[in-house]
Amino acid sequence: MTNSIDEIADADYIFVTGSNTTEAHPIISLRIRWALKKGAKLVVADPRRIELAEMADYYLPIKPGSNIPLFNAMMHTILNEELWNKEFVESRTENFDELKAAVVNFSPEAVEKYTGVPADTIKEVARAYAKAKNATILYTMGITQHSNGVDNVLSIANLAMLCGQIGKPSSGVNPLRGQNNVQGACDMGSLPNVYSGYQPVADAAVNEKFSKAWGCELSLKPGLTVGEMMDAAHHGDLKGLFILGENPVLSDPDINHVKHSLKNLEFLVVQDIFLTETAELADVVLPGASFAEKDGTFANSERRVQRVRKAIEPVGNARPDWQIIAEIGTLMGYPMNYSCPEEIFAEISALTPSYGGISYARLEQGGIQWPCPNPDHAGTKYLHAGQFTRGLGKFHAVDFTGPAELPDEEYPLVLNTGRRLQHYHTGTMTRRTKGLDALLPEDYLEVNPVDACKLGVEDGQQVKVTSRRGEIVIKVKVTERVQPGNVFTSFHFAETAVNYLTNTARDPVCKIPELKVCAVRVERVS
Amino acid sequence: MSDNLVTLTIDSQQVTVPAGTTVLEAAASIGIDIPTFCHDPELTKPGACRICVVEIEGVRNLPASCVTAVAEGMVVHTEAPTVVETRKTIIDLLLANHPEDCLTCQKSGDCKLSEYAYRYGVRKPSFEGERHDFPIDDSSPVILRDNNKCILCGKCVRVCEEIQGRSILDFAYRGFNTKVTPALDTDFAQSACVSCGSCVAVCPVGALVEKNMVGVVRPWEVKKVKTTCPYCGCGCNFDLNVKDGKVVGVTSNPASEVNGRHLCVKGRFGYDFIHSPKRLTNPLIRKNGELVEATWDEALGYVARKFSEIKENHGSDALASLSSARCTNEENYLMSKLTRAAFGTNNIDHCARL
Repeated sequence: MTNSIDEIADADYIFVTGSNTTEAHPIISLRIRWALKKGAKLVVADPRRIELAEMADYYLPIKPGSNIPLFNAMMHTILNEELWNKEFVESRTENFDELKAAVVNFSPEAVEKYTGVPADTIKEVARAYAKAKNATILYTMGITQHSNGVDNVLSIANLAMLCGQIGKPSSGVNPLRGQNNVQGACDMGSLPNVYSGYQPVADAAVNEKFSKAWGCELSLKPGLTVGEMMDAAHHGDLKGLFILGENPVLSDPDINHVKHSLKNLEFLVVQDIFLTETAELADVVLPGASFAEKDGTFANSERRVQRVRKAIEPVGNARPDWQIIAEIGTLMGYPMNYSCPEEIFAEISALTPSYGGISYARLEQGGIQWPCPNPDHAGTKYLHAGQFTRGLGKFHAVDFTGPAELPDEEYPLVLNTGRRLQHYHTGTMTRRTKGLDALLPEDYLEVNPVDACKLGVEDGQQVKVTSRRGEIVIKVKVTERVQPGNVFTSFHFAETAVNYLTNTARDPVCKIPELKVCAVRVERVS
Repeated sequence: MSDNLVTLTIDSQQVTVPAGTTVLEAAASIGIDIPTFCHDPELTKPGACRICVVEIEGVRNLPASCVTAVAEGMVVHTEAPTVVETRKTIIDLLLANHPEDCLTCQKSGDCKLSEYAYRYGVRKPSFEGERHDFPIDDSSPVILRDNNKCILCGKCVRVCEEIQGRSILDFAYRGFNTKVTPALDTDFAQSACVSCGSCVAVCPVGALVEKNMVGVVRPWEVKKVKTTCPYCGCGCNFDLNVKDGKVVGVTSNPASEVNGRHLCVKGRFGYDFIHSPKRLTNPLIRKNGELVEATWDEALGYVARKFSEIKENHGSDALASLSSARCTNEENYLMSKLTRAAFGTNNIDHCARL
């Protein structure tokens, strides 16, 4: 997030797209409610009529994968009506002409057929965004999990820069991070192209810095992303894989492909707290510790580094994950000797400029938002004040490419996937929590009444859902939450594992899979 | 004296506070604890329960301190005999219609009614009469609602409306029959409740409690450890409640920067996986196609040997790791170091894209 969570409550215009905030980020959704109480305008653009849509001033029931036409059309209106922030564009950005040329053909009228949103609505929403004092855009995987996910994000950035709605309190571009420490995992360099603090592995100076600090030679060649690892395993190029606290058999697209790839490995090690669907395929399973059993830090969505504190001993003979990882390194001939997580954190701070001023001692007083370059720095509530990380903000020309797989005669419906309030990711923890599993013991496929009628199915009936990659059987819930032609379910349940169906098509730049759109067929099970 | 500051005297102590401050807040600022039931600093102030009344010189009645603004030169007595008498009567009236089951009540030890009854020495109710006999709502898997214990302070009603924006609970019926209940006087299971548990967090008595903690732990038995939630990216903080080396509950920690006392259903009630019998407690090694238990030495030795072999035979890029957005920064950093320094490859990723 470029802003802080509490700043949302002070925004006077909130644009939520591709985020079912009340279910996926309930506490952040409270800030939206508080802003509405103070008179903020809420616009929700989502293929599903989610709970926030009911609270919105404008609900835009966009067609799946039509984000770019929507944003480009908003910018078209803003440019046409001279509503853009000339001072901001002049002083803080570059490439403006390219943006103008890119959106010229995206009039709201022209994109109606892609977005399904009336041109006048797009214009009204665009005008209000441009004129707002503090406008904020909140989004999640509904924007990113597309084969053009990067373009979707660039498009949002274009819109924010065009109107100068970034780099100030309550006003910015705010991806809400979906997992407790997904921000931290990225910050720490659990990515194939960067070390901690986003220092590129291909940069010679960075390479030298880490080679010296870690006392060994390091590769300059960026590595493989998770999807590429599965492909490499499938082809036999990848032989050994160490998976820590992840369950790709349920979370990754095309489960049959994932399973085949993992089985094709010479050696698979899974470290987890439960025997997950992925661990079942492993050669060695190592029992790690839950969050309650170890010390450490998480970084939340607003870049706030906070303490995780050990409350109990690891259960049975389980061990804290950091100890296990360090032991493997040491046994491989690369000594990794640490007495406690605080010692590891001190090393992180020393090597990571954005974490440079953060220490366990300071975190005792409360969380600190990076960048925090030195011990006297208070942390950063919002990013890009005065200037962007790269200096000038660069507009990117973004053209519209539709989803990789569209419905056809054989697979006539669009399947969208996401989360439910009561569960989390592949259910490893929540499905094994009594109260949560009692609240939602099984999943369902959301089907519009129009489609239910065509298919001859009623609430609670079992249907078979088939895509080009696999099939699942699941109960139907007839609801107007989804538009005709679309169906939806979550990826929490092993019994109805939706990723048997999803498409591995990936964004060419960031390699995110298109989990929000694939074509399926739904049939009654007699 | 600044225009915006007001000086008054509370229990013979002078205090200067900003204009608009309530007497209750002014007293709290100098360490004077005035009892409250319906007051909550985050919520609107109905001034309804009257337990916080104080004596103010020159004022004829006893005003509720939670809704009375300070005034210049005000002289306040928070424990004057009339005040104490009034509080005793309020407690007496509440106890007259309250189950006498403090021995087994989940809230025992953390109950405001009990605390004030103790403080003012109200042992037995002096009024006899009809008592409520509401059915207990145990329809929710996570919240237990016993209207017989409810003192109608309305904090659950207000937190649900004002903070959570859901308005699941409200007052129904009139007079003696008044109760707090979901719409149409149904139960939690039939309501649109999302089980966030904010009502549990603000309830001053045992009317709303966490179901899983009933019969398991008393408030004074727990060690509280402040930590960060393991679910979504909001980064809420809460207290893990620990008894005998086990996590037995989650309670709000008001000092949480992101969320204050508020949590969602996962954060507040999603902890008992920690002690699930299905937890992995020993390393497993596949032998003859089956995963069988092994010692740490055996498992780690095997892992290190196999990874080293693959590196030797096929090169570093034949190895890869998937780190975890569930794990800590420290663990992610070590995974990066292990992969890059020990494996010798940049093949590391995690589930950020999923």
